[in-house]
Amino acid sequence: MAAPEVVAPEAVGVRTRRLEASSPRYGEKAIKALLGLCAALSVLTTTAIVLALLGPAVDFFREVPSGDFFLKTEWFPTQGFFGVLPLVVGTFNVVLWAMVFAIPIGLGSAIYLSEYAPSRVRKVLKPMLEVLAGIPTVAIGFFGAYFLVPLLRDHWPGSFLGGPPGFFMAGGAALCVGLMIVPIISSLSEDAMSSVPGGLREGAYALGASKMRVATRVVFPAAFSGIVASIVLGVSRALGETMIVLMVAGNRPAMTLNPVEVIQAMTAYIGVTATGDIATGTVEYNTLFAVGALLFALTLVMNMISIRFVRKFREVYE
Amino acid sequence: MSSDIERTSGRARLAAGGARSATLGALGRQPGSQVLRNRIFFGLIVVALSIALLGLALVLIDAILKGRNSLSLDLVTNRTSPRAERAGFKVAILGTLYLIGFMILMVVPIGVGAAVYLEEYANKQRWWNRLIELNIQNLAAVPAIIYGILGLAFIVRGPLDLGFILFAGSITLALLVLPVVIIASREAIRAVPPSIREGSLALGVTQWQTIWRQVLPAATPGILTGIILAVSRAMGEAAPLLLLGATTFVTFNPQPFSDTGYTALPVLIYNYATRPQADIREVAAGGILVMLAVLLLMNSFAIWLRNRYEQRW
Repeated sequence: MAAPEVVAPEAVGVRTRRLEASSPRYGEKAIKALLGLCAALSVLTTTAIVLALLGPAVDFFREVPSGDFFLKTEWFPTQGFFGVLPLVVGTFNVVLWAMVFAIPIGLGSAIYLSEYAPSRVRKVLKPMLEVLAGIPTVAIGFFGAYFLVPLLRDHWPGSFLGGPPGFFMAGGAALCVGLMIVPIISSLSEDAMSSVPGGLREGAYALGASKMRVATRVVFPAAFSGIVASIVLGVSRALGETMIVLMVAGNRPAMTLNPVEVIQAMTAYIGVTATGDIATGTVEYNTLFAVGALLFALTLVMNMISIRFVRKFREVYE
Repeated sequence: MSSDIERTSGRARLAAGGARSATLGALGRQPGSQVLRNRIFFGLIVVALSIALLGLALVLIDAILKGRNSLSLDLVTNRTSPRAERAGFKVAILGTLYLIGFMILMVVPIGVGAAVYLEEYANKQRWWNRLIELNIQNLAAVPAIIYGILGLAFIVRGPLDLGFILFAGSITLALLVLPVVIIASREAIRAVPPSIREGSLALGVTQWQTIWRQVLPAATPGILTGIILAVSRAMGEAAPLLLLGATTFVTFNPQPFSDTGYTALPVLIYNYATRPQADIREVAAGGILVMLAVLLLMNSFAIWLRNRYEQRW
């Protein structure tokens, strides 16, 4: 090692070391780029979904005026009737009654688990609900079609609605869909309620509030945005559920919110039509994509609302 | 700084609201008999929880009652048939195994890779990283049947043009569960304390070596939980496969890369269940039992795994 001619006094004995890496580390950069690509795939998927839906949907609206599609009330694509409203109303029939069932049941369960259950009971029940949330919808659909609807038909309590129901029934599907989303609502709402700081509860108890008051007037409002997010997520899952409505609600489009009637939901239309043999490029084939695009738009709105509420909740507590 | 203030004021507002309502409750006019109301309320929420558990339990019990007669080895060794005494799920089970196998090969590296990028590399200030995050949250709630449309338009036909083959179904299912895997893996990676990374980096280890040797091993139980839940979701998913050609009534073993037809367990269950003959529904119920047994075991294991390793740090 040749000694330098001129040495700055402060550098004697102190070899200046560079802090940068000794090599450019191309491998590290390549890995980062590769991982970035994995993440970008999700954006690609969304783009592909939008393109897949939009292309044929545009073709569809070239042949069918959008006024007919959104405003007319008859859906019979093979006969040239393209009013989508019966499918939308059918979907909302199921979603409405499913939520009427699932919101009280799900929130009641969540309040019990978060506020009342002894920790040993909660440690068993909560995982149990989560495991049951994994029951495939085809199994719930089977239960609906061959247990629930026959049971309702034999012991029909709601004669003021008409009926007894036939083999298919929107309300039966709604109960099954409700059963499917109860674990979602209860699990997410329970998370929201148990992350409400204990100080709020203790303060209320100290002022002499009863347990029910603490649960309904303190914890519930404090966790409200988390609870709304769980409900909106439940609605979005109910909107997109296919197998249950296909097996239980039937396949006859009808403009009714009566749970006794046979209806056809948007998802069921897509499922049934796509399994039949239809030629690519025909108007009928394109209806799949037009209905799909509408469904996608509806769930997207729901998801954005849910994400907004979750963020609001996080801002307050996390 | 400003977000801190907002957070505090949010808490203060809620606390004040809670305190006010509690004060009103304690000092204001007491309605009727409070004890009774409390008991009724408690009764109602217990009833709600019971209905939820009972309803879901009934799904299992009904499947057991209807399917127990058809439960035998024939159920998994018999091929597809429209006649109940010869109908089984061999072809569908093989189809599901292939579908899930290829799906795991795709979804695990991509999902974990994306999670590592978002947690360890991505700068949250950049708009594209925020876009990716929002996007994944949205994709997680897109209905399964929409993925079926995507598969039909882009993978079976369109740009990839693979035809109605099993592998196209695998790709679609991989896209369907990708958000689930990414979200679960991110949570697992986030739960690894920064001190582990800092300790490793301080020893002069590169970032990737830190991730590969320290972060990922520590996050493995959480990631595994996410993967198992994703796999069990994909196994029970029938809707997207309806659009991808899985409904054909195939009687021979599936070929992953040729369009000789394939089917999957939930799709064949649907097919058997919606046939007019009553006796083949028993076979469908038997199939549901087999599927539920596998899925519930997998889910229980995943949730046990998560709870077991949840608070290690």
